[in-house]
Amino acid sequence: MTPEIAVLLAQDGITTGAIYVLVALGIVLIFLSTRVIFVPFGDVVGYAALTLAALQLKRIPGTVWLVLTLAAIATVVEVYGLTRRHQARRIPQALLYYAALPVAPAATAYLAAGYDLPMWAGIPITFAVVLPISPLLYRIAFRPLADASVLVLLIVAVAAHFALSGMALVFFGPEGFRTAPLTRAFFSVGPMTVSGQSILVVASAAVFGLLLFLFFERTLNGKALRATAVNRVGARLVGIELSNTAATAFLLASALAAISGILIGPITTLYYDSGFLIGLKAFVGAIIGGLVSYPATIVGAILVGLGESYASFWNSALKEVIVFGSLIPILLWQSFATRGGVVEDVEEEEGESRT
Amino acid sequence: MTTLLSVEDLHVSYGKMEAVSGVSLDMQAGQIVTVIGPNGAGKTTLLSALMGLLPCKGRSRYESDDLTALSTEERVRRGICLVPERRELFSDMTVADNLILGAYTRWRERRAVQADLDEVFRRFPKLAERRRQLAGTLSGGEQQMLALGRALMAKPRLLLLDEPSLGLAPLIVREIFRIVVGLRELGVSILLVEQNARAALETADFGYVLETGCVVHSGPAAGLAHDPRVIASYLGGKVEPSS
Amino acid sequence: MKRVRSRLVMLIAIALVAVAPAIFGSFTITLMNYIGIYAMAALGLVLMTGIAGLTSFGQAAFVGIGAYATAWYTVAHGGSPWIGLLLALALTALVATILGVATLRLGGHFLPLSTIAWGIAIYFLFGNTDALGRYSGLSGIPPIAIGPLSFEGTIAVYFFIWAVLGIVMLLCWNLLDSRQGRAIRCLRGGTALVESLAIDSFRIRLAVFVLAALLAGLSGWFYAHIQRYVGPIQFDIDAGIELLLMALVGGAGQIAGAVVGSAIVTLAKNVLQDVLPAITSYSGQFEAVVFGVVFIILLQKARGGVVPIIKKYLPRPEQNVLPIKASPLPRRQRTSAPGQAVLAIEGATKRFGALAAVNKVSFEVKAREVLGLIGPNGAGKSTLLNLITGVLKPNTGTIVFQGADITKLPPRRIAAAGVARTFQHVKLRPNMTLLDNVLLGIYARTRAGFLAGALRLDRAEESAARAEALHQLRRVGLGDRYGDLAGNLPLGQQRLLEVARALAADPTLLVLDEPAAGLRRLEKQTLSDLLRDLRTQGMTIILVEHDMEFVMNLVDRIVVMDFGVKLAEGLPAAIRADGRVQEAYLGGVA
Repeated sequence: MTPEIAVLLAQDGITTGAIYVLVALGIVLIFLSTRVIFVPFGDVVGYAALTLAALQLKRIPGTVWLVLTLAAIATVVEVYGLTRRHQARRIPQALLYYAALPVAPAATAYLAAGYDLPMWAGIPITFAVVLPISPLLYRIAFRPLADASVLVLLIVAVAAHFALSGMALVFFGPEGFRTAPLTRAFFSVGPMTVSGQSILVVASAAVFGLLLFLFFERTLNGKALRATAVNRVGARLVGIELSNTAATAFLLASALAAISGILIGPITTLYYDSGFLIGLKAFVGAIIGGLVSYPATIVGAILVGLGESYASFWNSALKEVIVFGSLIPILLWQSFATRGGVVEDVEEEEGESRT
Repeated sequence: MTTLLSVEDLHVSYGKMEAVSGVSLDMQAGQIVTVIGPNGAGKTTLLSALMGLLPCKGRSRYESDDLTALSTEERVRRGICLVPERRELFSDMTVADNLILGAYTRWRERRAVQADLDEVFRRFPKLAERRRQLAGTLSGGEQQMLALGRALMAKPRLLLLDEPSLGLAPLIVREIFRIVVGLRELGVSILLVEQNARAALETADFGYVLETGCVVHSGPAAGLAHDPRVIASYLGGKVEPSS
Repeated sequence: MKRVRSRLVMLIAIALVAVAPAIFGSFTITLMNYIGIYAMAALGLVLMTGIAGLTSFGQAAFVGIGAYATAWYTVAHGGSPWIGLLLALALTALVATILGVATLRLGGHFLPLSTIAWGIAIYFLFGNTDALGRYSGLSGIPPIAIGPLSFEGTIAVYFFIWAVLGIVMLLCWNLLDSRQGRAIRCLRGGTALVESLAIDSFRIRLAVFVLAALLAGLSGWFYAHIQRYVGPIQFDIDAGIELLLMALVGGAGQIAGAVVGSAIVTLAKNVLQDVLPAITSYSGQFEAVVFGVVFIILLQKARGGVVPIIKKYLPRPEQNVLPIKASPLPRRQRTSAPGQAVLAIEGATKRFGALAAVNKVSFEVKAREVLGLIGPNGAGKSTLLNLITGVLKPNTGTIVFQGADITKLPPRRIAAAGVARTFQHVKLRPNMTLLDNVLLGIYARTRAGFLAGALRLDRAEESAARAEALHQLRRVGLGDRYGDLAGNLPLGQQRLLEVARALAADPTLLVLDEPAAGLRRLEKQTLSDLLRDLRTQGMTIILVEHDMEFVMNLVDRIVVMDFGVKLAEGLPAAIRADGRVQEAYLGGVA
């Protein structure tokens, strides 16, 4: 490996790493505020990229149908629940959140498809269409299980991924897509050339990371989210409604997923199931960070990007094996690092209906 | 006086195990009512159920509301606050953030919250000194004060206190009880669960003695403090009270 | 009577399987073959996820390892499928052991996440290895044959599969009702109890993990030789999720759930394959959508799965048949003479952050005495008990038990040395019977291994253990409820059950954390009498208790703690008169 190649690989790694950072931040955000390990998060990233690609090809993105289906189910579940609890006066609000707001961008995308959309129109439409996916999934799949153990929530998340990736194939077909580049600029920094696309990706990761930080530090809602992560009982005792913070977390994370998808679309060819792998690699990054700390997550995600980049140079066929296999020694190291601390791991909730 | 809280035939179970079986109690506005009893009698369970953290059977009314229909968050909004035995602070956040979050349900009244924050800092000068410190780094007594202060930020009308003296040195226990009495003067009604039966009975207006999930004695606190059965079980065994 | 009826249900099931080929066409039998094959892998998940609580999304990878091992050996080397079977099992066991050692120490959700990671890694490994045909896989795998007798036909192999499935199910059933099986069932619900019973929880986890992998390997072997082709896609993470779905649909805690779940999922898949192509051109993936949705609904509405629902309508089998006669288990030799120190605590300090929960505490517990440890809530009593039993390690100081330094030993080694305990917050296994809960306490006194349990070679020891467990249950007054589930007891009796479990370990030192809390007056009397009996029989007891009447009437000596330090030590009468103790307890208010 010559130094030039090493630098090139590093640049590549940092670019993909920056995308993993955004995805991993979303994963950690959801996990800390809801205890859900949101496995289908990567699928949402994939949906974002493929939605933009479909719009650029003047097709109706299948995401429209996904959002409509989810919105319909969520609305029915919510309205039924409200009626049963005799809270009919909250139905108009439910219709706004679960029907009107998600359907509006989907309808826009439906109508806009077929026109030659400029980039500045395609990206916001994509963003708005993808945004409701995670909150709606939360309402349908996770909120009814708010008291379940992390494990049950994880299994539900995996099942949701199963359904979501299946639908992605139905909507987008098996062929791969690559969206038009956001910028074609190139810059020379000393001896090396840096693509504008890479700079855009890294800058976006930095900006959104910073915005997230400010949200947590400066706003009451951000603090409520942190409080929920630190102590769920304490949060309830000060009147924080966990289902509201959860919905906020899913919404924010969904925004991160949409942005990541839009950013990664021009970098690699994406298939219906590529999002899942991106999500899992971000997971590896989040796990390196212990699923608890945002700064550590950022470092972990960039490490995964770099590791992947160098692994693909060394043996491109086995790069996935290397990335996922590397999780084992990392976990091993973490388990030894935390050993001798708490012997009693979290008592599993055993309220399950077993006879 | 008006009845603030009225609980009738309350049952709470963990799975098939009943921890509170048929407790009834009443509280007048402006009173301090204490529930004493041995470990495992169901005191903490009772408070958790009143806070809506545990599902329960039975009737409970708070002012004119049917309490059973309200979620925990709704109860906070109506002025019921629990300071739990484990304090449940946001240990990775600063003292100031903990207090600000205490007023989470009052996010519309920014000014009033700021004034209340100053008031809490005035009442607990230790917390003011440590406002930028993480809650987890406070000492036990300071944590208890922070938990109290956080509850006060919600402007409670009914404060549920679970073992506020737990693990605290006698001097700090005295301080805490002094604050509790002071709160009543502000018009806050207090339901106090205590293992330190003597201190609790000296502070309260009315008392209930809980054993294996049932109320076994009840009456004005002064009367209970001199009830020989209560003395035998809870005021230090065969040790004669010094007064 | 009940027993006869539940046997009847089983016989009918076996008869149905036996006559199926005579009734159904070969298509249905082919389906049933796959049901049987998947059931083996799902059975592994039932043991591992449903019973031991270790969720795995990677079971399909082990099926793949088994399948590829035999495929590679029989195709590339023309070897016999039987050697292929050995190779498949050996390789899955080897990989499982390595992965298990690496990941099974992980708590909570990290373990299942790691199964996704290695599940995917193994899939990509299959797809990128030249010797395994990369993504096109290996074909031309020979059928299974014994000499001239070939299992090539659908029906011949049908009987073979279901016979093997029946045998492994029986072995698993036996195992779960044995010493190691109870340890497996005990894993779920926190390690504190497991370790306090001298059970090496890591070893048991590893054993279950490898056992589940072996069942997957067996399943893979059948799969390879019946499908006659293996490719990576059959063993990807989606396949692993499907296996987990099978285990959960059937009822993850149920052995029969593996078959029921496998049947439901396989049949549902078949129906979907018939119906979906009419609706969409991507029927294969739509299947995944349907499964995903069903999975979510199942977890929301019926987390227990199908089998428990069926079981409600069937008679409950009498599981624990009581021994008629049995030779008693050997007892521990109690070497310490009365008055000699059994336990010596020297300057023990335990800090949590800035707080010293236990601060330079020293005292001795003498043989055959009952020592009361009292003090207000939060004085550090439970922390001290946790130091003695090894759950926590002191920052400084030493703890010596019968002359041996146990300060740094893990809880299970201390338990094995003869220290048994109860917990302030009762730790039982609510879904196990009273008898099984007490049998957990006997673990360290018995020897039977996994194989002995599965093959029922442990019966002599098992009946001795049962006799002992029943004896201890009778001692605490729960003898006639031995078959009830522990979760159905009121709190007071649950505490007594914990005492019985601790006694079953035949300890030298019994550590009781608030045993009388929540007990009624009569129960307290029984407990008090029992503890006196035990003292006469030579047991040493440390007791934390708040009920002063109970303590004062029972104990020989008292240690008082307050704010982590030892406030006083002495005879009950002296403690009663001690002014400092009164102050600590009465905590006078100005």
